Amino acid sequence: MNEVAPHTLNPKIGRAPGWQGIVADWSSDQRAFKNVSWGKAMMWIFLLSDTFIFGTFLISYMTVRMSTTVPWPNPSEVFALEIAGHHLPLILIAIMTFVLISSSGTMAMAVNFGYRRDRRKTAILMLLTAVLGATFVGMQAFEWTKLISEGVRPWGNPWGAEQFGSSFFMITGFHGTHVTIGVIFLIIVARKVWRGDFDDGRRGFFTSRKGHYEIVEITGLYWHFVDLVWVFIFALFYLW
Amino acid sequence: MADVTHDAAGPLSAAEVDDVELYHPKSWITKYVFSQDAKVIAIQYSIVALAIGLVALVLSWLMRLQLGFPGTFSFIDPDRYYQFITMHGMIMVIYLLTALFLGGFGNYLIPLMLGARDMVFPYVNMLSFWIYFLAVLVLVAGFFLPGGPTGAGWTLYPPQAILANTPGQQWGILVMLVSLILFIIGFTMGGLNYVVTVLQGRARGMTLMRMPLTIWGIFTATVMALLAFPALFVGAVMMLLDKLVGTSFFMPAIIAMGERLAHKGGSPILFQHLFWFFGHPEVYIVALPAFGIVSDLISTHARKNIFGYRMMVWALVAIGALSFVVWAHHMYVSGMHPAFGFFFATTTLIIAIPTAIKVYNWVLTLWRGDIHLTVPMLFALGFIVTFVNGGLTGLFLGNVVVDVPLSDTMFVVAHFHMVMGVAPILVIFGAIYHWYPKVTGRMLGDVLGKLHFWVTFLGAYLIFFPMHYIGLMGVPRRYHEISGMAFVPPSAATLNEFITIVALIVGAAQLAFLFNLVWSVRHGRPAGGNPWRATTLEWQTPQTPPAHGNWGKDLPVVYRWAYDYSVPGAAEDFLPQNQPPTPQPA
Ligand code: HEM
Ligand SMILES: [Cu+2]
Repeated sequence: MNEVAPHTLNPKIGRAPGWQGIVADWSSDQRAFKNVSWGKAMMWIFLLSDTFIFGTFLISYMTVRMSTTVPWPNPSEVFALEIAGHHLPLILIAIMTFVLISSSGTMAMAVNFGYRRDRRKTAILMLLTAVLGATFVGMQAFEWTKLISEGVRPWGNPWGAEQFGSSFFMITGFHGTHVTIGVIFLIIVARKVWRGDFDDGRRGFFTSRKGHYEIVEITGLYWHFVDLVWVFIFALFYLW
Repeated sequence: MADVTHDAAGPLSAAEVDDVELYHPKSWITKYVFSQDAKVIAIQYSIVALAIGLVALVLSWLMRLQLGFPGTFSFIDPDRYYQFITMHGMIMVIYLLTALFLGGFGNYLIPLMLGARDMVFPYVNMLSFWIYFLAVLVLVAGFFLPGGPTGAGWTLYPPQAILANTPGQQWGILVMLVSLILFIIGFTMGGLNYVVTVLQGRARGMTLMRMPLTIWGIFTATVMALLAFPALFVGAVMMLLDKLVGTSFFMPAIIAMGERLAHKGGSPILFQHLFWFFGHPEVYIVALPAFGIVSDLISTHARKNIFGYRMMVWALVAIGALSFVVWAHHMYVSGMHPAFGFFFATTTLIIAIPTAIKVYNWVLTLWRGDIHLTVPMLFALGFIVTFVNGGLTGLFLGNVVVDVPLSDTMFVVAHFHMVMGVAPILVIFGAIYHWYPKVTGRMLGDVLGKLHFWVTFLGAYLIFFPMHYIGLMGVPRRYHEISGMAFVPPSAATLNEFITIVALIVGAAQLAFLFNLVWSVRHGRPAGGNPWRATTLEWQTPQTPPAHGNWGKDLPVVYRWAYDYSVPGAAEDFLPQNQPPTPQPA
């Protein structure tokens, strides 16, 4: 396959503006989304499906929270830390959120440098993103340890409805798994970028296809999604 | 996968989608076992699905033997009966129908009908099959673990699904949930492939509105599955936690066997919502591919263009969308606010509109067509009749007040077997008879095929039609024994005996079908490339069976829709989709 980025060749495609363009694209042959590669389309659709998974988790959590007759523990008290003699509600969660949102920033920069073929900067920014992600998971682990040491279990806790612990561990666990997978993915792609795989057309180990710098953006889509989900978890679990 | 070599990257022909990168496996293993070719994956999916479906068929015989001749077979005790019911239902719906329609037909037909070389991500596609295979193995493991498979019913309702004294509560329920989770992961990998291939991997000239309805059906069903399976996934994860870790998502405070359990405060109704948010779309996940395939079978074998193609497409999409807002019609007796009952009954009945449009269009396609009563056509006609029949009883069950007395009776069993058991299975048979010549290069035996059709079709009616009456008498479903009940007249027992005998005969006919499948691979009549004289692209491949990469050097270019049959003035009574228009005389 020639190395020109796909779909920039044909000047006729994807030109009409607005709704007309959408209709023209959808009723055309070969591709419904003219300038979207297969990989990117697949990631978007996967994320749509994953949205339903997270959405269902959150709705289920809200349902059990509303249907239980026992009072729900107060999150801002449960997730408070004593730092230097100050009682700070939700401080750790605030820091975690800040770290994760920052990692979205570094990710976006990595995507930018990826398209400029700046291998060094791309790889460094991706690794930085991975480090921020790992920090997030680390803080989550700290949070888990703290709650467990205070007696919170999936089947009960000292302060109220037992579904509190169940939902907390399940939802943050599932989200943490997503972040961890993202970190691993980032490291793998960063290594490929660093090595120059996308410049010299090296074939993937499993798929034996050539990669493109676009994979940085696809990884980025996943990463931003995981961050976005966190915002909802933050709002619905910690702030409610 | 080190042994994969690539085409020298010459300039791509104009019709090629840019991202395509085809590779040629060198060893036997990468060609036939860990194959990345959608056609091989399709056959692997189909064989595994049919094999596990056979298990479900045998289980249905065992259940029928118990219902027809209660007390004669002492090894079918109530516990076993529940286990058989559960495994039968789950296997039929998920591991047979879903896997066969999407994994089997989807994999085979999507690239071929759209003029693609393969799925967009063949490696992921391969993983999809192997994870499905693993899911089947885990499911089957339930039969051999202590306590046997779960007997919770295919709906797996908590709390009983994980309580002591439900059969299979030690291991069976665990492997069932794990298997479902695996299935969903595997399916997602395949499903993403199908969707992206349809959206982004078509041949030049193949617009969305030129796609054969088969593809529209499979595509819509796949999108639905990608949005419906998440609910089952979440439900399975939460029940697994309830069972293993002792959480109480679904478990209320319960006293079981005189003992107070540790669970408290959970919501069993939540599981029902999750299950049916998946479960109802699931009905259409197996129905929409069937709709699509039937449309193509009818058009091809009646040598007439499909009536109302656009309407058919929009009806598929509308049914797909509507089926996400009807799920609680399965929960009328679980108790709900009357306004919700009203809402769900209304949406349920609204679905009848696009569905009826489809039926009318099939009939109008047949109207004054040149109907060839080939085996695929027979099955397609059988489908229409059965489906209409099942749809009519659906109108009863969709209404709250009518459903309440019918709920959990054999009437329901009769209804859903008609509409989502027999009807899609008939389409599967028809489709196998139709596409087998493409897959193997040989025709399936005709005589055996007709025999298979008549026994199956008439047999299915003889089995499930009387079941409506048994249900109207009030005989409950999921009952191991009904003979002691005062309100059940003795004639019900006679009817049950009759049903059982027919079920065994119908079962035997399926063995003849399997024999036909295996025998014809070698001994069938050679089919040639296009035995049905069909227009769609899969029949226009340079080789039959299609070779790796499907199209040889140049991809097909599509000039017309899939239904140019009996076009006035044309030399043949069909114009393949890739036949260029004849130049108009100046
Ligand atoms: C020859 C064909 C078949 C026969 C004789 C048969 C027979 C039965 C019987 C006797 C039951 C149990 C009824 C009860 O006691 O409640 C049952 C349940 C069921 N069957 Fe079939 N069946 C057949 C094919 C199918 C097919 C093709 C499907 C695919 C959708 C299917 C799906 C189910 C489901 C979902 C249940 C409910 C299981 C439950 O209650 O948990 N069956 N079948
Ligand atoms: Cu339904």
